[in-house]
Amino acid sequence: MSFKKIAGAVAVAGALVAAGAVPGQAATLDDVKAAGTLKCGINTGLPGFAYTDDAGNWTGFDVAYCRAMAAAVLGDANAISFVNLTGKTRFPALASGEIDVLSRNTTWTYSRDVDLGFTFVGVNYYDGQGFIGRTALGISSATELDGASVCIQTGTTTELNLADFFRVNGITYEPVPIETNAEARAAYEAERCDVYTTDASGLAATKTTFDDPSAHMVFPEIVSKEPLGPLVRQGDDQWADIARWTLNALITAEELGVTQANVEEMAAAAGDHPEINRMLGTEGSLGEMLGLDAQWAVRAIAAEGNYAEIFDRYIGPDSPLGLGRGLNALYTDGGILYSPPFR
Amino acid sequence: MKTHAFHRSRAEMLPERPAPITTTGVIGWLRTNLFSSYLSAALTLGSIAVLALIVPGLIEWAFIDATLTGEIGKDCPSEGACWAWLDQRITQFFYGFYPADAYWRVNICIALLVPALAYMLFDKLPYSRYGRWFSLAYPVIAAILLVGGLGLEVVRTDQFGGFMLNLIAGLVGIVLSLPIGILLALGRRSRMPIVRMFSVGFIEFIRGVPLITLLFVAIILLPLFLPPQVTLDQLIRVMIIITVFASAYMAEVIRGGLQAIPQGQYEAGQAMGLGYWQSMRLIILPQALKISIPGIVNTFIGLFKDTTLVIIIGLFDILGQARLLQTNPDWLGKVDYETFLLAALFFFVICFSMSRYSLNLEKRLDTTRR
Repeated sequence: MSFKKIAGAVAVAGALVAAGAVPGQAATLDDVKAAGTLKCGINTGLPGFAYTDDAGNWTGFDVAYCRAMAAAVLGDANAISFVNLTGKTRFPALASGEIDVLSRNTTWTYSRDVDLGFTFVGVNYYDGQGFIGRTALGISSATELDGASVCIQTGTTTELNLADFFRVNGITYEPVPIETNAEARAAYEAERCDVYTTDASGLAATKTTFDDPSAHMVFPEIVSKEPLGPLVRQGDDQWADIARWTLNALITAEELGVTQANVEEMAAAAGDHPEINRMLGTEGSLGEMLGLDAQWAVRAIAAEGNYAEIFDRYIGPDSPLGLGRGLNALYTDGGILYSPPFR
Repeated sequence: MKTHAFHRSRAEMLPERPAPITTTGVIGWLRTNLFSSYLSAALTLGSIAVLALIVPGLIEWAFIDATLTGEIGKDCPSEGACWAWLDQRITQFFYGFYPADAYWRVNICIALLVPALAYMLFDKLPYSRYGRWFSLAYPVIAAILLVGGLGLEVVRTDQFGGFMLNLIAGLVGIVLSLPIGILLALGRRSRMPIVRMFSVGFIEFIRGVPLITLLFVAIILLPLFLPPQVTLDQLIRVMIIITVFASAYMAEVIRGGLQAIPQGQYEAGQAMGLGYWQSMRLIILPQALKISIPGIVNTFIGLFKDTTLVIIIGLFDILGQARLLQTNPDWLGKVDYETFLLAALFFFVICFSMSRYSLNLEKRLDTTRR
């Protein structure tokens, strides 16, 4: 009997009880409004994505999404109780209703979407798993890693991808399983393993921290697709829509040039761009369809800015990590970031 | 009346002479303690060599080459330790996410903890009659101060963190696990089958399962079974689990003490006409607990260190805060050892004090083997 099945059974039972008590659907939106805070599941600490500032406030790329959503739903970007979750606790926490939305660099996979009973609402970061190793190893490709010891974080898709990659290429490896990213990095630095594998974003960030970055190289192979995105419980479509379109609003805002600085001004009166007008609620009634007010997207964008602003501030060029946009550029800039239209 | 004469070769006593130089002073101490045999000498020299290898490097890294000021990790050159984060982050290492304008509440709690503990741990203090009552009332005072209520702003327990969280969880566990452990130990030796079976079952089950498993059950499985309206505070769940876990170990430690008491003592109690609880309270337990002190303190120290496991439920104790700083992009890769070192220092101070106090207590209570 696995966690999943217990979780599934309880979720079904819970849904039945809820359906009996409240006619219609289990309305997360009402619960969140009643509680006055959004319970957002985030990482226990991942450089750039979720970390604390000197005042102890949570901040980062994943956290910014929580803030946008809290702003859209509750009108206050700080009306959040953050729940810090590890790779193991994140899914049970979402299934049991301990959190309303999970924004914790979680890879969208078939089984998580279908079998675990979650709804992924989109992708906020396209990542892929890579390897970093010492140039002194004298190899140039991950396919030459036969017999290498590999530092890896347990309980993640990384572990499974690694097994797949080595099996497909018919080479052997010796896993060095480690609980957290920081420890895996330290283990690699202490030469407890030959190579260290994690998502390419993490590798780039890690490389900047080494004393001599040129002594290490990221191998060209990207061995997996890691579309990271926020997710909610299956079964409450209205709530999933809110989560999905909050993310889409941030992406569309970048596409249409709506920024944290100019969003209030643009929303003050209808302009001459119909899609901006519809998104910002000066035209049509999109907010009402979502069960929110007309200004929801304005608040979401005003919270931390549009997608590009969030990216640049926390993981992009304005941050110590300095990641490039790569696949995460808009489709108009050569990436694959593409939001359906606000219509 | 003299019965026989002494035959002396001298008429008067020689004055006392100092002991040979090889048995007194520094040299004597060295000879008896460090160089009493070839093996001992070899071990001494070996230890000095190891220390000479490590300590200068450590001091150089931690103090001489260290960087004390700076805004971000890049301000620290890579050779020495990086302590530049201390001034910004030390409050988080101690108070976690507790609201800064309410730090005084924690400070008062800690200030009051000193007399509260002192009246419990030492006799012969002034006003100790009132002091004991104060010690008993302290948990309530502390809870109100920390959590809020009665006019104080309420602080959610998920804002607790840092070393303060370790102290709270550890103290609660220590204070509760001893009485529960005593009851379980007595229960296990009871002649009443239900009580005995319950105690044995409880102790063996809890000891047979790793602490981390129990924590997962309490944190992840429990909410799945309970109806959504029933919420038990995360921190309280953790404190219950840690207490329960320590109690099971405590029970076995105390059972060891109980078994060391000769049968005659039990019989003596019965012969005096004392009932079960009276003879336990007056005769058996005082002796059994005294014997068990090293084991009890050992369990306390273990329990205190187990409080770092709160990280699994997303609370950031001092170790969590250390990890958190390590994942801050500004400090990435610069503070891995320094932050852990600080956490280790905090733990060492508390655990070492506990161990010293237990030695003191053993000496004070040692009435038999003087």
